[in-house]
Amino acid sequence: MTQLPATTAKKLGLVIDLDTCVGCQACVTACKGWNDQGYGVPLSDQSPYGSDPSGTFLNRVHSYEVQPEAGPAQIVNFPRSCLHCEDAPCVTVCPTGASYKRAEDGIVLVNEDACIGCGLCAWACPYGARELDAAAGVMKKCTLCVDRIYNENLPEEDREPACVRTCPTGARHFGDFADPTSHVSRLAAERGGFDLMPEMATKPTNKYLPPRKKAAPDEASLLAPLLDVQATGFAGWLDRVLGKI
Amino acid sequence: MHPAPSVIVFTVLSGLGFGFLTYLNLGLILPQGLGGFLAFAIGYAFAIGGLIASTFHLGHPERAIRAFTQWRTSWLSREGWAAVLALLATAPVALGAMGGARPGLLGLIAALLCLATIGCTSMIYAQLKTVPRWNHWTTPALFFAFALTGGAILSDLAVLSAVLSLGLTALLAVAFAQGERRFAEAGASLASATGLGAIGQVRVFEQAHTAGNYLLREMIHVVGRKHARKLQTIALIATVLPAAILLLLPGGLVTVLLALAAHLTGAFAARWLFFAQAEHVVGTYYGKR
Repeated sequence: MTQLPATTAKKLGLVIDLDTCVGCQACVTACKGWNDQGYGVPLSDQSPYGSDPSGTFLNRVHSYEVQPEAGPAQIVNFPRSCLHCEDAPCVTVCPTGASYKRAEDGIVLVNEDACIGCGLCAWACPYGARELDAAAGVMKKCTLCVDRIYNENLPEEDREPACVRTCPTGARHFGDFADPTSHVSRLAAERGGFDLMPEMATKPTNKYLPPRKKAAPDEASLLAPLLDVQATGFAGWLDRVLGKI
Repeated sequence: MHPAPSVIVFTVLSGLGFGFLTYLNLGLILPQGLGGFLAFAIGYAFAIGGLIASTFHLGHPERAIRAFTQWRTSWLSREGWAAVLALLATAPVALGAMGGARPGLLGLIAALLCLATIGCTSMIYAQLKTVPRWNHWTTPALFFAFALTGGAILSDLAVLSAVLSLGLTALLAVAFAQGERRFAEAGASLASATGLGAIGQVRVFEQAHTAGNYLLREMIHVVGRKHARKLQTIALIATVLPAAILLLLPGGLVTVLLALAAHLTGAFAARWLFFAQAEHVVGTYYGKR
């Protein structure tokens, strides 16, 4: 059913920390790896070893340069995937009911058996979260690893999305935003988590944390720890005596 | 957006077909006997031919029947219903017309359903906030204008066709002019897309992938915009030309066909641009439009 639920019991989603993401692409690889063998048809590649390779991915990591008014530019690595929006425009446009948002946990999913591959949902998404699989002819999107997070056959520490589990810097966090005491809710509140493209009025569940303010480079020289030499032994005694005269 | 030939053919031809059927259902022209059969057959052929063309871009056309289920929220589903109902409601009107009967109330209902179909088609595009150029009143206005002008030309209503052609050209000029401003008006930018605008000026440092992907092919398709200015001029000239042809040349089949050819040239050029020039906001993530 493509009518959005009025409310969802849980609001499962991700917090993505732009301060700690190093752009290693591990989440891209882990996502592709897990979703190649789990929920739905595999994420196909076209001509992967040819001159014009192409493929379906549910997660992409961009790199941006941000130039403040004063000071040096900074590089921000920027993972982009489905935000599991509360007002998901991709769901309401679907003519077949293949796209839906779950009332129990807010995950936006595609029933691939009902998808006609018209591509209208991908047009309706501002974030480029949906890619039509060229081999299967159906729409693929992030499932929030719905086949991991409730999977009792996996060890408990693995019951989170593959991207979160694999992130080596802890830049990705998974949890329930409907619970104000959950660590994702607290992270978003404490660090000023924000929505992408708020002007599109999609009410994304996923929140992004802004890069922390860095010290100005002229205040903190990279060599500072090396220059702060503490004299020891005879030189140290001499230093103390001379200092008292 | 990628100007898929199947979708361009679908929107132009089915629009023309439903536009023509609107005139026939309203009884604005009353062809009888074999003429009536031919007229309705032409209307049906354009409408159904267009609808069939639309299934060519589907990943799974064999499941198309499922598209009738979500009419509560989906304009694409509503369009399917409106098209089927319009074609069903037109059938008794067509049979009556062949026997010499006037369309009456049933004709009015069928005509309204034809108009509803055109409206639903236009709303598939106009509803998308993500494509600011489409998300504007000119989109439904243009779809109606193209359908009703083409329908009037096919109906051989010379004066009405000429007036509608002039109106269509003016509307097209307005749509072309405002289209350039729509992206900025919608407020989408790399700053809002990344949320990093508060820190400073954002630019793409490194693309997320070195190869192409579905998003770049489908939504960030820039190749079709190459000759946009020339195509706009062609569209504007071709849509206004039927007015001159119908008012200056003597009436008859050849004149109608000439006017229709000019109108369709304009319609195809304009519809190509409708897709090729439309920028999707996802392009901002790639530093493109």
